[in-house]
Amino acid sequence: MKRRPDGAYDLSLDPDRREVVVDLLRQLGDLIESQPDHPNLARLRPPAYTDDPDADAAYQLLAGEELRTSRQEAIEAVIASLGRDELTEDELWSWLQALNGVRLVVGTRLGITEDDQGPGPWRTTEPEDRPMWAVYDFTSLLQHDIVEALSR
Amino acid sequence: MTSSTPLISPTEIQSPEDDLGLDTDQPWIVLVWNDPINTMEYVTLVFQKLFGYSKEKAEKLMLDVHNLGRAVVSSGPREKAEIDVFRLHEHGLWATMQHDE
Repeated sequence: MKRRPDGAYDLSLDPDRREVVVDLLRQLGDLIESQPDHPNLARLRPPAYTDDPDADAAYQLLAGEELRTSRQEAIEAVIASLGRDELTEDELWSWLQALNGVRLVVGTRLGITEDDQGPGPWRTTEPEDRPMWAVYDFTSLLQHDIVEALSR
Repeated sequence: MTSSTPLISPTEIQSPEDDLGLDTDQPWIVLVWNDPINTMEYVTLVFQKLFGYSKEKAEKLMLDVHNLGRAVVSSGPREKAEIDVFRLHEHGLWATMQHDE
């Protein structure tokens, strides 16, 4: 991602990687839609009140639906933007929202409990987890690029 | 939480400001909690975006979250706190709200 002088952002992602993004986001969208209470989605709907279960139940009722909609809209916005090489700032935030959703779900699935240090020998990965780690690292890298572009 | 109801005597005229009235709602604070997935740079950016904080202030809050486990990022009446919590959740942060003791 590179910020242009006119305020838009250049997206330089090769077609293969774009397909991966579409695939991941579709999977996330499907999971949110079909299994909203799946344990791996827990980080996408954390509690709001820690000391008042009634208030929190009310909040989850109200906000749960809106959070799901918001996330789906971000996913759709990203998929729609993938046909182009130029993105707006709003679209970049949709990318962040969608990609972070993937990271949170995959990170939960991988059981990340300490700040991840990135790929390296300090990670003890089971062979069957390697595809998930690849997804995690890929989305992390993309997210880093976007944050950097927006932080200028 | 209680809300104040101004006493209106029949001969008094309430001005609009009086009706909006004393906010005797206890203030609420919004906390963001540390988590192992969100990156520090991302959290900083979200604080800047959602609350209009300077990069310095956003970074300081982020470091508090990271080093102390949590930080107060905003405060206000209940409705505002809930909206702030919602927006933070939208961005994947772990936020909660509680009475400011």
